Amino acid sequence: MTKKFSQEHEWIELEDGVATVGITDYAQQSLGDIVYVELPEVGKKLTKDGDAAVVESVKAASDVYAPLDGEIVEVNEELDDNPALVNEAPESDGWFFRMTLTDESQLDELMDEAAYKDFVEGL
Amino acid sequence: MADQESELLKTALYDLHVELGAKMVPFAGYAMPVQYPLGVKGEHLHTRAKAGLFDVSHMGQVRLTGENRVAELEKLVPGDIAILKPGRTRYSAFTQDDGTILDDLMITNAGDSLFLVINAACKDDDIVHMRANLGDGVSLEEIDDRALLALQGPDAAKVLARFAPSVADLKFMSFAEIEIAGSLCFVTRSGYTGEDGFEISVPNADAEALARKLLAEEEVEAIGLGARDSLRLEAGLCLYGNDIDTTTTPVEGDLNWIINKRRRAEGGFKGADVILDQLEHGADRKRVGIKPEGNAPAREHTQILNADGEDIGEITSGGFGPTVDGPIAMGYVAIEFAEPGTKVDLMVRGKARPAEVVELPFAPHRYFRG
Repeated sequence: MTKKFSQEHEWIELEDGVATVGITDYAQQSLGDIVYVELPEVGKKLTKDGDAAVVESVKAASDVYAPLDGEIVEVNEELDDNPALVNEAPESDGWFFRMTLTDESQLDELMDEAAYKDFVEGL
Repeated sequence: MADQESELLKTALYDLHVELGAKMVPFAGYAMPVQYPLGVKGEHLHTRAKAGLFDVSHMGQVRLTGENRVAELEKLVPGDIAILKPGRTRYSAFTQDDGTILDDLMITNAGDSLFLVINAACKDDDIVHMRANLGDGVSLEEIDDRALLALQGPDAAKVLARFAPSVADLKFMSFAEIEIAGSLCFVTRSGYTGEDGFEISVPNADAEALARKLLAEEEVEAIGLGARDSLRLEAGLCLYGNDIDTTTTPVEGDLNWIINKRRRAEGGFKGADVILDQLEHGADRKRVGIKPEGNAPAREHTQILNADGEDIGEITSGGFGPTVDGPIAMGYVAIEFAEPGTKVDLMVRGKARPAEVVELPFAPHRYFRG
């Protein structure tokens, strides 16, 4: 099970055909204190790079994009009551949603952890 | 990018901000700290709990001298300036011939002069406006050799009194020239957070040393523009350019209180015919507080609908209030929907979400009135 990363600072982890998606530690640090997360509805079809969720800090709202094509099967309802979980544990308990993938080979277009680290350092 | 940054103006505290780890952003032509490592929410809550130090040196400081200064300034603002005693400060606005607002400002009777503090983004326009309209016998001096610090919060007076005991006697909206840590400062007991506190005009050369001294006090944290915005929104205070501008009058902006009694009777300020008519007959719309239900913030330009789905106005400032611990907003609604308790809907990302018109402020003001 390996984690992949998008240039829009989402992470995605595939397990048994279902991918868990969240935003990276770098993303939560840039956004600051997260006060609201708007999650998609279960069953929503996602298109790679299309809108998937919205994350709001005190200052501003930011879009979260779908890293790959697929369909939402579960959302992290704990974020409704505790959006700060995204700040506290962005790459574990602060996950956003789970999705099935239309084409698992799209994963190959994303960065692995080392490549993402280099990408962030270059920003 | 690098070129853009080099064109930004820097306040006297720029190096200190960078040293403190601030995230610097362009604001009104200046490189300003939007937040420090504590973060917007932490900075906001700290200011309400103890004391926060803000760099507001980007704002314009202006001195008017000359024997006609009061009468001439009164032609441009609806406030009663003649009644201001030496050492007293008043919030006011420059109005235009159509009754709308060119800027909001603080006016202090500093004894032998009037001391004005104007918004950073408006200062060039304000100065052109004043030079064009202030008649004979008034001299305008732009004070560009002074920084402006704001120390805000329930512990602000206790902290500042350690350096200058006499500040303890200043009441809200009062002014004094006070030596602080060896530097002659213009101190007003005012601010824009809803908390007790001070704005301190200090010579540029002494600004960093004073800021370091204040930050060394255990109650004080550096606070950026992000928390300044959430603090003033919770306090129900207008941000020029969002909540009031050249499309809104003071009456529409629910600022009737800045049009003082004598000026209502006499007029004699720009736009008086429009503004006094609105005072008498009412305006078609009004700025109100709006509390979204649920947790989703509604940002500026969010459309406001009535129960029938009709457009009745727009959010002008909206976000999250850390003290309220929920979303808060201000906006303009058609006058028949301005009563607190009125249910409205906010169109956020294509979905109508329930909200209610509420009294301002969201967080009670805690000014020191003596």
